[in-house]
Amino acid sequence: MVNFLVRRLLFMIPVALLVSFVTFMIIHLIPGDPARVLLGESATPQTVAALRHQLGLDKPLLTQYVLWLGQALHGNLGQSIQLQQPVTQAILQRLPVTAELGIISLVVSVALAIPLGVLAAGTRNTPIDWLINVLSLIGTSIPNFVLGLLLILFLAVVIRPFPPGGYVPFTQDPLANLRDLVLPVITLAAGAVAGNLRQVRASMIEVLSQDYIRTARAKGLRRGRVYFVHALRNALLPLLTIVGLQAGAILGGAVIIESIFLWPGVGLLAIQSILSKDYPVVQGVVLLSALSYMLVNLLVDVGYGALDPRISLGQSQ
Amino acid sequence: MAPQPSESQREAESLQHMGEIAPAAEVGEKVGEKVAIPDEGERSHPTFATRARSALRAVWADPRLICGAVLVALLLMAIFAPWIAPYPPLKYHPTIAARPPSLAHWLGTDALGRDQLSRVIYGARISLSVGAGAIVLGGLVGAFLGILGGYARGWVDQIITIVVDALLAFPSLILALAIAAALGSGITNVVIALAVVRIPLYARLARGQTLQVRALDYVTAARAVGTPAWRILLRHIFPNIFSPLLVQATLSISFAILDESVLSFLGLGAQPPTPEWGTMISDAQPYLTGATAPWMILGPALAITITVLCLNLFGDAMRDRLDPRTAGKVDSASLASGAQE
Repeated sequence: MVNFLVRRLLFMIPVALLVSFVTFMIIHLIPGDPARVLLGESATPQTVAALRHQLGLDKPLLTQYVLWLGQALHGNLGQSIQLQQPVTQAILQRLPVTAELGIISLVVSVALAIPLGVLAAGTRNTPIDWLINVLSLIGTSIPNFVLGLLLILFLAVVIRPFPPGGYVPFTQDPLANLRDLVLPVITLAAGAVAGNLRQVRASMIEVLSQDYIRTARAKGLRRGRVYFVHALRNALLPLLTIVGLQAGAILGGAVIIESIFLWPGVGLLAIQSILSKDYPVVQGVVLLSALSYMLVNLLVDVGYGALDPRISLGQSQ
Repeated sequence: MAPQPSESQREAESLQHMGEIAPAAEVGEKVGEKVAIPDEGERSHPTFATRARSALRAVWADPRLICGAVLVALLLMAIFAPWIAPYPPLKYHPTIAARPPSLAHWLGTDALGRDQLSRVIYGARISLSVGAGAIVLGGLVGAFLGILGGYARGWVDQIITIVVDALLAFPSLILALAIAAALGSGITNVVIALAVVRIPLYARLARGQTLQVRALDYVTAARAVGTPAWRILLRHIFPNIFSPLLVQATLSISFAILDESVLSFLGLGAQPPTPEWGTMISDAQPYLTGATAPWMILGPALAITITVLCLNLFGDAMRDRLDPRTAGKVDSASLASGAQE
């Protein structure tokens, strides 16, 4: 186990380096001179040149990358152009908001998808299964920004149980915080529930057709026990992969959800800094989201070993 | 990053599959040829009526195929937009701004008094072409990298694998946002951004398939008689891995269309006054949250949802019909690939 973790972490190093390089290069393709953006249109060429020098923008791109990487390894991702604060601080400040949204959405989606998927598999080809399938199809097909706007219209504007947007920290007012959470979490989790439940249904059906399930039923075990104890554990393996991938979808979805519901999280920071060409912040957000996504996938691989005893992580394959 | 143990397992499984299927398919073809040749002389070509009947029977057996008709309608709508749209999509009439749906304007008018229905019809052009363009571009580049890595092996393969892993390490929408932001807004740049994001998916798929095909006897035979590598790749490998790539491409057009509308909604894609569904929804947003003209979102929202729904259903139906490996089986493989998007 420890062996496996060490090997995976070592393998992550070249990928992480390449990720940082790709991030850096993408951001430096941004047209327009950040120094000029910073100083405004009225700046003289001399002041622009001076600022370029000060920001290190006059150095060769590769030198800039190495310098940036060196700083990044020390936790310093540079200074935001618009926010007058270090990038690391700007991101860390907003991280709890996005983490709350993302983790709760992920938990909700898995918590709904597993029972619904098992139910659909158990009632295969009946009206219940059909209804669940239709709902999940609509869930995967409706874009989340459309769903978010419709929820705002019906649950925050027409009748008003929920606020149309905004965020109150949990520590300040827990109830208001939870109320603010409802619509964004539904929006973000809907697509995930739909995708996950189809996966659970499909793999449950596959597992239920296997011999050991028939044996378990034949020896007189109750259906519920066979479903949840014998079948589900094996059916969950593919779901784990999907949840890992979903973490990426949730990071991307947070950008949309936070800009619709005006949540002051990393997603809103990302889109605001993209639109205002605040490139050190964009760079930081892209890099950190990629690194956290890699970490989630590492956890998924570890989870595989925990769920499936046939996969022994310690041995070399 | 897929877990290594399960990946190798899966590879082993699919290798077995190939072993089972490839010879069977060859035999089937030969038998088919022998039977088909005398048959053609005796029987006349199927009439229109029989064809229509068999098409109807197929739709009756699998209603998802109706979505094919909806998609054709969407395509025709996009191609013939200037003849179908009741009004010019850019012409504004401030006097009839933000009107609800009526007989004259079936989907109402937008903030500038432009006809929403006409804009939705024109919007199909952008969504469909960007979706298809991103898939074709990303698919070709990805397939090229995958085939190259899978065939060449060694350090070429290792470099390509690391690059693909690095691209996969980014959450796809965030990568697309960053690329679109870097290239600047505009339709072409959106196509590029969405294509880059899809490269790893096709590269992995093509690599896996190439690894299987290159081990088959006919490739070994081709190599043994000294066929140049490019010819083996083009004539022997690519045609044989094309169909899984095509199935994947059909299944992921809907995701490209969704992502395109997201980029435009966030202001990084199509720019006003271009009629585009995501931009139209973003324009309608203040009228919806203010409850002054909530119907404005109706047209573009329905258009995206119906397009994506039909693409998903039709893609599923086609895969079930075409892919011998999943025919009649539950679609767990496609779901996994779908979620991967």
